[in-house]
Amino acid sequence: MIEIQELTKVYGQTTVVDRVSLTIGAGELCAIVGTSGSGKTTLMRMVNRLVEPTSGKVLIDGQDTREVPAYELRRRIGYAIQGHGLFPHRTVGQNIGTVPHLLGWDKARIANRVDELLSLFQLDPAQFRDRMPNELSGGQQQRVGVARALAAEPNILLMDEPFGALDPVIRAKAQDDLLAIQRRFNTTVVLVTHDMEEAIHLGSRIAVMDGGELLQYATPEEIIANPATDFVAELIGGDRPFRLLSLAKVSSLVEPGEAAGQPIAATASLREAYAECLWSGREALPVMDNGTLVGRINRADLARCAVRPS
Amino acid sequence: MSIGLVIRLLVLALLVAFLVSPESFAFLFEPLTKNNQPIIYNQGSLLDLTLNHLLIVAVATALATTVAVGLAILVTRPFGAEFLPLSRSLANVGQTFPPVAVLALAVPMLGFGTAPTLVALFLYGLLPIFENTLTGLTGLPPTVTEAARGMGMTGRQRLVRVELPLALPIILAGVRLSTVISLATATIGSTVAARTLGEVIIAGLLSSNTAFVLQGGLIVGALAVLIYDGLSAIERALTRRTGQGARANA
Repeated sequence: MIEIQELTKVYGQTTVVDRVSLTIGAGELCAIVGTSGSGKTTLMRMVNRLVEPTSGKVLIDGQDTREVPAYELRRRIGYAIQGHGLFPHRTVGQNIGTVPHLLGWDKARIANRVDELLSLFQLDPAQFRDRMPNELSGGQQQRVGVARALAAEPNILLMDEPFGALDPVIRAKAQDDLLAIQRRFNTTVVLVTHDMEEAIHLGSRIAVMDGGELLQYATPEEIIANPATDFVAELIGGDRPFRLLSLAKVSSLVEPGEAAGQPIAATASLREAYAECLWSGREALPVMDNGTLVGRINRADLARCAVRPS
Repeated sequence: MSIGLVIRLLVLALLVAFLVSPESFAFLFEPLTKNNQPIIYNQGSLLDLTLNHLLIVAVATALATTVAVGLAILVTRPFGAEFLPLSRSLANVGQTFPPVAVLALAVPMLGFGTAPTLVALFLYGLLPIFENTLTGLTGLPPTVTEAARGMGMTGRQRLVRVELPLALPIILAGVRLSTVISLATATIGSTVAARTLGEVIIAGLLSSNTAFVLQGGLIVGALAVLIYDGLSAIERALTRRTGQGARANA
């Protein structure tokens, strides 16, 4: 659990982060959203003390982060950044093993962990372990960057626009990988992004920052239904019903029955199902789960889910 | 094997052959002499002079590298940042002094011989290495230094494991520049009685013996080209190994 209390950062005359308080529960994925200059990155960097707060404090599992040396604190917190920041003179394996090495793990344990993580990110260890970062594609570099952040099994992972440099197809894949890993290890993730779509897709809670202030901190449903200010509403944009639909899966709305045409996967989002209904001009779609038909999903029900919650 | 490498090996072979047995090349230099002047330098062994020349350059460059890299590391640390402008101007002063002036000033203090030459070469070698080390240490990709900090490396670990290895090709480029400048400048050391290849050139000038001048000049030139090329090759290999080909070409 991360408790941020009255955290403030002032550079000269400018207040970059202004008395922000928020609590991120264990195993949550908190997406901090804002435009550039909103203070979102500074807020995140104060968690592992890459930026020292002017006032206020951060507690991790109840312990004040100032009680330990900054470098020790950082070794306990995973850190992944935009453009991955891999060490160009170290192999993929050495890059991933950075923090375990700093922590003094023995060689065999580091090697095991590196192979485990490479496999987890669908990179064949034998093939990738000894490659140099510049021999990898952008998507592979990004995966190695996240693998490096997770190497010492941190409870907390900080990510600064980790998917910013990826093309849309690879980004979607990387986002789904992150969600899978976050659920598997129950890691607490703080993710900074300027993309509200990404925040809604990934975040279990969203913190909206503007001008150094925290405007709203709530679940995606709540943010979409009741944006605290006009600015938050503007960030969400005009297609709020579709954002709302993107939050739930087809499986939540399956009803018994049959329908004609191409089936849709139970794991697809309601937004995808609705789009398919509109596109193919059907009133209902058959739903397929692991290769078997489990029922159908109804266009009218989908439309009802897109209505502003009260 | 590329043509360039063949030519370099050939130059090296010729140089070594000439130093070991200069008399065998007498026929080449004969047309340059008049009035039965000696054809090959005869006031000492060319091989000894060359080795001594190289030794002086090596010592001066090693000292300059140690001091310049050390200074550059100090002024790029948080506690040394305020000395950055001062150290830059000091190194610049070293460069604006003509080497002859340094020699002239050093002789009254250190006497004639190798010592004033070493001082001049040392001061002359500082700036290229210092500037390049600064460039190397301050021009690292920000995401990489940021990642090193975020991973929990201490200042010392960042320096030794990330900053210096990545800056090494650029530092080496400074050492290469400094070495070549020193190779040429060391010849002037002979005016204050340092035993370098300048002796051969000066002896030739005094007796109007073009053959001597050419022998001294050719040896220094060949050494400079070979050492420059050798260090360039090491640099390229290091750049490739540190996976920053794009950065070095930029």
